[in-house]
Amino acid sequence: MRLAAQVVDLTKFYDLGSVVVKALRGVSTDFPEGDFVAIMGSSGSGKSTLLNLLGALDRPTSGQYILGGRDVSTLDDDELSAMRNDMIGFIFQSFNLISQYTVLENIEVPLLYRAGYPPIGRVEREWCVELANMVGLGDRMDHRPFQLSGGQQQRVSIARALVNDPQIILADEPTGNLDSTTEAEIMDILHNLNAQGRTIIMVTHEPGIAKQTKRQIMMKDGLIESESVLEQYLPTR
Amino acid sequence: MTRIIRIVRLALKSLLLHKLRSGLTMLGIVFGVFSVIAMLAIGEGASAQAQRQVLELGATNVIVRSVKPPNEVAQSSANSRVLQYGLLRSDFKILTKTLPTITNAVPIREINREVRYLKDAMNARVVGCTADYLDMNHLHLTQGRFLTGSDQEKLLNVAVIANEVANNLFRYEDPVGKSIRIGSMYYTVVGVTKDRTASAAIGGSLSGQDYNKDVYVPIKTLQVREGDLDIKNQAGSMTAEHIELNQITLRVNDKDAVLSTAEAIRETLEQSHPRTKDYAVVVPLELLKQAEQIRMIFNVVLGSIAAISLVVGGIGIMNIMLATVTERTREIGVRRALGARQGDIIEQFLTETIVLAGSGGLIGVVFGLLTPITFLGIQWFVQNFVMEGNTVGSDVGRMFFDLQPQIAFWSLPVAFGISVTIGIISGIYPAISAAKLDPIEALRHE
Repeated sequence: MRLAAQVVDLTKFYDLGSVVVKALRGVSTDFPEGDFVAIMGSSGSGKSTLLNLLGALDRPTSGQYILGGRDVSTLDDDELSAMRNDMIGFIFQSFNLISQYTVLENIEVPLLYRAGYPPIGRVEREWCVELANMVGLGDRMDHRPFQLSGGQQQRVSIARALVNDPQIILADEPTGNLDSTTEAEIMDILHNLNAQGRTIIMVTHEPGIAKQTKRQIMMKDGLIESESVLEQYLPTR
Repeated sequence: MTRIIRIVRLALKSLLLHKLRSGLTMLGIVFGVFSVIAMLAIGEGASAQAQRQVLELGATNVIVRSVKPPNEVAQSSANSRVLQYGLLRSDFKILTKTLPTITNAVPIREINREVRYLKDAMNARVVGCTADYLDMNHLHLTQGRFLTGSDQEKLLNVAVIANEVANNLFRYEDPVGKSIRIGSMYYTVVGVTKDRTASAAIGGSLSGQDYNKDVYVPIKTLQVREGDLDIKNQAGSMTAEHIELNQITLRVNDKDAVLSTAEAIRETLEQSHPRTKDYAVVVPLELLKQAEQIRMIFNVVLGSIAAISLVVGGIGIMNIMLATVTERTREIGVRRALGARQGDIIEQFLTETIVLAGSGGLIGVVFGLLTPITFLGIQWFVQNFVMEGNTVGSDVGRMFFDLQPQIAFWSLPVAFGISVTIGIISGIYPAISAAKLDPIEALRHE
């Protein structure tokens, strides 16, 4: 089975002068392609730090993070930006759409920062429209974020996460700000994406959400405390 | 290219999100650019005005005027009650005979007399001169002819009157051919000169000249009829002055020879007036050069004042951009997470400031182009509400009303360029501080 991403003995220490906070103390795990993982844990368990490292927003103190065949831990800032743009799709708890842009323009944002700045042509635009249709916002492409409900905004951000066809999708509490109906809708979309073969790593503290994934990782004190895999998803080797 | 258009378009989008704020920020630059252009236009207009005045005197002319010597000198030399000073007819002869570069020369004698036609009378300046006077003072005739050489030879009692004199004395009649009385003598009017704007005083030695209340007569006639003695009754006391000529206007054949000729004139006169300096040599070309220097200083001073307002505008932009960066920290974090490099963020914010400053600059240039109209408005306002319709007496006042701002076209690109430069300079720091934000922190920012 091919790996989408892999972390090996990952540590992250924050030197606060008087104390050194050990947010991650050696985390190793594999993310095979097509995986759907929920990372859980109480606050301070290190799950956010892990997500930041997985999102190439930060570099580990030690250890390796292999994404798309490259060791992210050795890259400089510009290369990290390129990785985020090319390999990773982000879905945030608070949607984080750009308020002055329309739905379509928000979906286009990652295209603005592609390597070499190729122009956004007809092909790209059609792809964005297709994504908007896929998340069910085909009739609202000219709307601004403030004209959309929370669930609709989150759909825009899902479309945005997909626009550069990333290796992994990172979702940080994607349903944290939503009511239960829209939560179900968003989870449906994520399930569909996963069914199409997308690798999704999700941070959540809601067990009900976590149960809908293939695999749960419990974090505690900067380490993986336990891992559980639903029976039907156990690797058949 | 398409990329630049895209970046600018996105910058516009962000700026339009806060229209009022962007507009107010832009105002600083608008006024800065406007004031640079306006100040330079006014400076340019003032210098053009000075140049025009000097050129009216004639760039190839040299003007020698009689000057009343200072009091102490006058008293010691005046045993009699008659004060004798000024240029002599012999000076005129020597100058015209000895200096080969002089092509034309006009001796001028000026006295004030009451001029009368039937029951109408007015005080006028009676100018004794020769035929060349008309041309050398850029006067034009509306009627009749000017004085001629034969008028001089025959000592004819003929006069050419200025338009205002004609209007005062001959309200419903054709003045040509009529007799007017000047002092106690009768003169036949042979011509009328056109109105000419009064020249302002230049350099102290030459007072302003109002050509509109002049009566021109042949100088020889004037000499014979009125003599050289000018007796004035003023407030009970009597002053008598003996002056042969009030002014000699000389024309030089070549512009390059003006300064050397003026020098020669000075030396010549020094010999014939060894004791007192009772004359002044005015060289318009020298004044022109002075005016040029004054113009430079004027431009630099006005330009710097205006530039200060541009800098203030720049500080305004910087201030707003710093606030914007704080306000948009979250957006910066999102863009970074989606793959924007630090360079992209710098580019984005810098583009916004440049667009802001650039469009402010453009609007400023448009306003600047309207300077002459605006200035006309100010003149109108002053005329009607401050002066309440009165005419101005002082030279400064006349200068203000005569002033026509002239837009220096080089100042348009310069002012625009400065505004864009200021945009870049004031945008760099906020842009870099935006790019240096830690993406994780920025995403967490509320």
